[in-house]
Amino acid sequence: MGANDIDPNTGTTPRFVSRGFTGRARRARSARLPPGQYDVGTGFPVLSAGPTPNTHLSRWDFTVQGQVDQVRHYSWAEFRSLPREDVEVDIHCVTSWSKFDTRWEGVSVDTLLGDVESEAEYALAFSDGGYTTNLPLADLTGGRAWVVDTYDGAPLRPEHGGPARLLVPHLYFWKSAKWVRGLVLGEVEELGFWERFGYHRYGDPWRQQRYAGD
Amino acid sequence: MLSVTAETPTASRLRLAVHDWAGHDAGQHVDVRLTAPDGYTAQRSYSIASPPQAPHLDLVVERLEDGEVSGYLTEELRGGDLLELRGPIGGYFVWPATAAGPVQLIAGGSGVVPFLSMLGHHRATRSETQVRLLYSARSEADLIGTGELAGAGISTTVTLTRAAPPGWEGLRRRVDVTMLAEHTLAPERSPLVFVCGPTSFVETVAAGLLSLGHDQSRIKTERFGATGGP
Repeated sequence: MGANDIDPNTGTTPRFVSRGFTGRARRARSARLPPGQYDVGTGFPVLSAGPTPNTHLSRWDFTVQGQVDQVRHYSWAEFRSLPREDVEVDIHCVTSWSKFDTRWEGVSVDTLLGDVESEAEYALAFSDGGYTTNLPLADLTGGRAWVVDTYDGAPLRPEHGGPARLLVPHLYFWKSAKWVRGLVLGEVEELGFWERFGYHRYGDPWRQQRYAGD
Repeated sequence: MLSVTAETPTASRLRLAVHDWAGHDAGQHVDVRLTAPDGYTAQRSYSIASPPQAPHLDLVVERLEDGEVSGYLTEELRGGDLLELRGPIGGYFVWPATAAGPVQLIAGGSGVVPFLSMLGHHRATRSETQVRLLYSARSEADLIGTGELAGAGISTTVTLTRAAPPGWEGLRRRVDVTMLAEHTLAPERSPLVFVCGPTSFVETVAAGLLSLGHDQSRIKTERFGATGGP
């Protein structure tokens, strides 16, 4: 048994069978479930590295900064007045739970970037509480990412990232930064909080990119 | 797998000999992966209970209702079996061996497991850092790591939330702000605070610590298990 000899891409090298393990709890495994994930059903686990921040909406804003022609600020009222979208997606946490058909409402990152002119290829999302996470800018645009403030028809609860969080459902959920307050665009990729602690810099659940080197 | 022993009525201690173990920091975890004959796999993360100095690796696994992985680890697994591990993982929720200032640990249920590693490390390194532990458990029988805690040589406060034995003179309620104020290091001392337990426990404790004046950047949390509603 070695600690580091699993091939995370195939999950089959070396072939290893756990004596007596049948996977008794497995259900018909959905094609929507990435490898190594299980369906958490109606649960919705909460994971974060520190206390839940509490930012009053009068002090909340969302900023697009960094390598941009001009910094964009949205107050809460301005954010709320932007065109909104309903989003129904599956989400996948690196701790191996997935949740199907989650319903959110918010503003597309395409809308927040609007007329921003930038040569940047990367974004660093930053949050109340000091959390950050890095993403290629291309993964935030083209209708693939949102800043959401509603879950299942109700205001997003603080422990799930309220008042607003990033939603990037095609990547592991730590990329969907809770309590998000803005994006820093740049030409160079700067690693975020978990990424500096050994998590994968991209985080594709379908390729099991959990940790650096996967 | 060297041995699987009952730690509490619902938790087992897995003692492993790991070839080529690169060592770990107190507070880190491992991913355990199980593979069925047809290739189906399931994996979960478990905190390491043993200190870096131990010659073996201990995990304490709480059996969850309907737990596919925890059920196997606590009921099927036995000494001599092989287990597929990955790790150590996590560099955030770890004992700050070089950090100055006192440390406050606050555990709910099996949230005490990473603290057992930290306390073992504290003892093994003869650290003079002041450490306090506040540990909330359902009952005396549910206490994990009683052997380690008895030998840790630190100030430990236990509160029992459901049942207390006859003659129990300790605390017997859920952790609240009053308890935090009376039984944890004061914010004026700027302790580094680690909180580990189910989500609702961590939310309550972290909010209580903030209201007492602790700096949010000095509070590290790890949540597990219980799933909250939307």
